[in-house]
Amino acid sequence: MSAPAPPMGLIAELTHRCPLQCAYCSNPLEMDKPASELATGDWLRVLDEAAALGVLQVHFSGGEPMARRDLVQLVAHAASRDLYTNIITSGVLLTDKAMAELLEAKIDHIQLSFQDARAPEAERIGGYKGGHGKKLEAARRIREAGLPLTANFVLHKQNAERVGEMIALGEDLQAERIEIAHTQYYGWALLNRDALLPSLAQLEHVNGVVAAARERLKGRIVIDYVVPDYYAARPKACMGGWGNRFINISPSGKALPCHAAETLPGFTFPSVREDSLAEIWTGSEAFRRFRGTDWMPDLCRSCDRREIDWGGCRCQALALAGDASATDPACARSPDHAVMAQAAAAAEGAPLDLVARRLHAPEA
Amino acid sequence: MTDLATAPAFRRGVRFRFDAVRGAWMLLAPEKLLLPDEIAVEILKLVDGARSIDAIVEDLAARFDAPRATIAGDVVEALENLAAKGAVQL
Repeated sequence: MSAPAPPMGLIAELTHRCPLQCAYCSNPLEMDKPASELATGDWLRVLDEAAALGVLQVHFSGGEPMARRDLVQLVAHAASRDLYTNIITSGVLLTDKAMAELLEAKIDHIQLSFQDARAPEAERIGGYKGGHGKKLEAARRIREAGLPLTANFVLHKQNAERVGEMIALGEDLQAERIEIAHTQYYGWALLNRDALLPSLAQLEHVNGVVAAARERLKGRIVIDYVVPDYYAARPKACMGGWGNRFINISPSGKALPCHAAETLPGFTFPSVREDSLAEIWTGSEAFRRFRGTDWMPDLCRSCDRREIDWGGCRCQALALAGDASATDPACARSPDHAVMAQAAAAAEGAPLDLVARRLHAPEA
Repeated sequence: MTDLATAPAFRRGVRFRFDAVRGAWMLLAPEKLLLPDEIAVEILKLVDGARSIDAIVEDLAARFDAPRATIAGDVVEALENLAAKGAVQL
């Protein structure tokens, strides 16, 4: 097999610590403990290796990446290697001082998450009193710094009817981009699926509002819209294909083809503590296993969308079809596709109680 | 219709740079990455927020063997396309 093309993006999950407790968090239920986190020196080396390997963009994520005291240093280092730097943050730690330091470090872009358009509802989901106001302040600081802002809103059945208010908030904040992203059901979100998965009627409402807003805001604000797999006919090309575009580094240094990959059994994921990124990308069994089309079941391999969908999501195939190498059940051609409709039916009228994200996994 | 006196500029958060690993020019934008084609690369090298579309056409017409009107049409089309993708503002 020829060497794979270089990765485009590095997702640096600096920590699983977070002041918020969103029940739809895509972090794994079993999170990395603070003591297991990579040291600053490890991350500096990883950034050097990433730039040399051909990575173009670094997404500092988490948990809350701003909970790491060395974030500014890491951003500055990445920028010095000509990497495009992006922070994906809740914004509650983005003080005037932090903003000034990040600007000095040459941050390129910040994605700010919101839990809702209204403070009480947002803070119920985030479990952080006063959080919404801090986010509004953070948005103002980002704009005043002259940086582009992406306002991210995660949708679920408990806030879907307010999608219009969310877009209006994004406009008020003068966001360059607004992400309206239906919850993706991995990790904590999968655990809480019955209390989060919207109904078809809610989805259609959101689709209509987003389509109208896109038309109205054309040329001014880009709205990126992520639909829920559960009502889709085709799976999403998870991570643009396994080992195809991205490397995700967990807080403790595991290199993963996607942030949820640690849920997959039978894998030994390489660690940046032991191997170089180049060895991991080109040589590791974990990155090769589902790369390209050779691994695919016949259904996918013979499909004309094989290099568009890349077979969908391996973690979803495992979670819903019981087999990580099966066709993603989100695909209407999958023999397991009925589980999607069953899940939607189970969520109809289910209790709205949520298990809050905590650093320690809930008892089974 | 785009005015040829307009000076296109990169939008906030957009970087245009040569990637030595791939031997190709890249447009890096918020959570997006574009690989401009050869024509777009030649145009983007001239985008600085001050130079007008007319001046860009002039520069390209002096270097490439094609009628000026054809080049002007190609430049406007490419820039409008890049504007729609959020890379430049016109």
